[in-house]
Amino acid sequence: MKKLLALILAMACMLTVFTACGGGEVEADTPSVYYLNFKPEQDAQWQALAKAYTDETGVPVTVVTAASGEYETTLMAEMGKSDAPTLFQVNGPVGLANWKDYCYDFSGSEVYGQLLGDDFALVEDGKVYGLAYVIETYGIIANTKLLDKAGYTVEDIKSFADLKKVAEDIQARKDELGFAAFSSAGMDGSSDWRFKTHLANLPLTFEYQTEGITPGTIKGTYLDNYRNIWDLYINNSTCDPAELSAKTGNDAVTEMIDGKAVFYQNGTWAAGDLAAIIDDLTMIPLYIGVGDEANQGLCTGSENYWCVNSQASQEDIDATLAFLNWCVTSDTGINGMCKEMGFVIPFAKALPADNKFVKEADAMIAAGKASIGWNFPTMPSEEWKNMVGQALTTYAADQTDDNWNVVVKNFVDGWAAEYKLANG
Amino acid sequence: MEKALKKYGPIFVLPTLLAFTIGFIIPFIEGLYLSFCQFTTVKNAKFVGLSNYQSILADEQFISAFGFTVSYAVVSIVVINVIALGLALLLTRELKGTNIFRTVFFMPNLIGGIVLGYIWQILINCVLSIVGQPLLALNSQAGYWGLIILTAWQQIGYMMIIYIAGLQNVPDDLIEAAAIDGANAWQTFWKVKLPMIMSSITVCVFLTLTNSFKLFDQNLALTAGDPAHSTEMLALNIYQTFYSRAGMQWKGFGQAKAVLFCILVVVISFAQLRATRSKEVQR
Repeated sequence: MKKLLALILAMACMLTVFTACGGGEVEADTPSVYYLNFKPEQDAQWQALAKAYTDETGVPVTVVTAASGEYETTLMAEMGKSDAPTLFQVNGPVGLANWKDYCYDFSGSEVYGQLLGDDFALVEDGKVYGLAYVIETYGIIANTKLLDKAGYTVEDIKSFADLKKVAEDIQARKDELGFAAFSSAGMDGSSDWRFKTHLANLPLTFEYQTEGITPGTIKGTYLDNYRNIWDLYINNSTCDPAELSAKTGNDAVTEMIDGKAVFYQNGTWAAGDLAAIIDDLTMIPLYIGVGDEANQGLCTGSENYWCVNSQASQEDIDATLAFLNWCVTSDTGINGMCKEMGFVIPFAKALPADNKFVKEADAMIAAGKASIGWNFPTMPSEEWKNMVGQALTTYAADQTDDNWNVVVKNFVDGWAAEYKLANG
Repeated sequence: MEKALKKYGPIFVLPTLLAFTIGFIIPFIEGLYLSFCQFTTVKNAKFVGLSNYQSILADEQFISAFGFTVSYAVVSIVVINVIALGLALLLTRELKGTNIFRTVFFMPNLIGGIVLGYIWQILINCVLSIVGQPLLALNSQAGYWGLIILTAWQQIGYMMIIYIAGLQNVPDDLIEAAAIDGANAWQTFWKVKLPMIMSSITVCVFLTLTNSFKLFDQNLALTAGDPAHSTEMLALNIYQTFYSRAGMQWKGFGQAKAVLFCILVVVISFAQLRATRSKEVQR
């Protein structure tokens, strides 16, 4: 009896050890697709699209979505497994540096043929490592209803000087009007990317335009303009600039929905969060007082690139390429991506989007305004962004020239130092 | 009984040994190997020799994280153990409501580190905002003391329970004998109780020491190393090196830091165990 008991106990222990390893095996014989998806917002739509493809062709497609902010970690773990993702994504040249050895060259593939141009591809040394699959746009979201209450229209804002005049006037009459000019420029991790990355893109892009691109160095030609707009944001807002370090992305959204602020810097992806007041909103270009402001458009680009795992078997690579091609050419695929997921896709057969901000961006392009590209994927590292963000927060709390010089130092010297660390 | 144990011992040990091998020994050896490599995924590593370890010495952030961890550890070990022992002395005096107090003091220990970190972040930021000081993300002093307050609040209750158990095991006849010999309360504590609870002190100091060095979630949630890595402890520094950096050179580097960290924690805790054990009284 005792022996039996011991045996049972031992078996039970073994079971607990091994059950963790089982399950989830995919047949290795038939070609299959495994997509590690980056955008949690679109998980359900991807699952549906995968199922539709399997029903149509019989090729199994697995879609796994990484938790928000955990993509690199999940990707690293998954890529180490025997059935690794055949399709994953990187966020631009810096992300590509990490995964280059795993990226299949898209040259000559059908799906690459569908792409609208090499502006939307990650091309290095003549090899096509990644294809952008969604284009997004950002600028300053303005509440026209509140603007009207203050006696202005968006037509009054055609340059940084106009923006400054309107914002400072609204701020001066804050108590009378019941709202501030800008929503809080939160520097918590959920919101700081709007400034250390997206806003920093403007001085960066203008410098690239006028000074040319020299990898590894940046001059900081337009950092005074960066300071001006940052001053405008933090000193004409709903809260004391010293409190920004603890303000979150949700705080800014709430302020907009409650009608406590007129302006909010964010992008097309924010349409969902602001659905309650979307009819009152419009997106205006992010003016910083540089270049041809009369002709400036919104900031449009992508940081989401599809990559196919070059270390997968050739059958799986072919199956993945076929799946991607189906996604951007078949009716079901196009409908899923453009309508269900609400993406603007840079492929030949794209459908027009429903998103209000996207429509406005399209209208601006049609009116001949020059879009600002997304150059922040060239920023040398996350660490660089964090150091700039940190300095911005310090400066906001105590707005001295010394503190601004730290921003400049982290921006310019930090760029060179981080570039060197990342590229040896 | 002894015979049966000998006979069936291996069977009983087997499952745990298997789990330990799969879950600890194999990954540890693999990790040790990876610390000499450059890699993106663990299956595809390139051996580079000692270069990862060489770059640790040149990494100022790792060194400053080490300094911060040590200064945090020293203060938090003293604070936690002194307060925990003080509470334990109070709560072994058969006061009214002793059990309620014990439960209340123990409760913070049941909340996870991440949750605690965010709760204290809000609390401390509120206080800092009221007194007009820079908030946590810009204030490394506040970050340092915040971490100490947070972990003290969390761990004092646990250590207190261990000290209470130790104090309750001090034989009454010893205390009685001391009283008859005319010892006052302080002498009884210092000469009788303290030597008798040396084993509890060993355990508590060991726990607080290793906890301080391995502290991660509280650090991540409360300050995340801000401002500019100045409140970053060793575990968080390793995590940031491994996960927040792009490029294969960082992975092996982070791994080498982790190996060094492991050796460091083992060495320090063995040294401490030795030092306090030698003071323990044999009964």
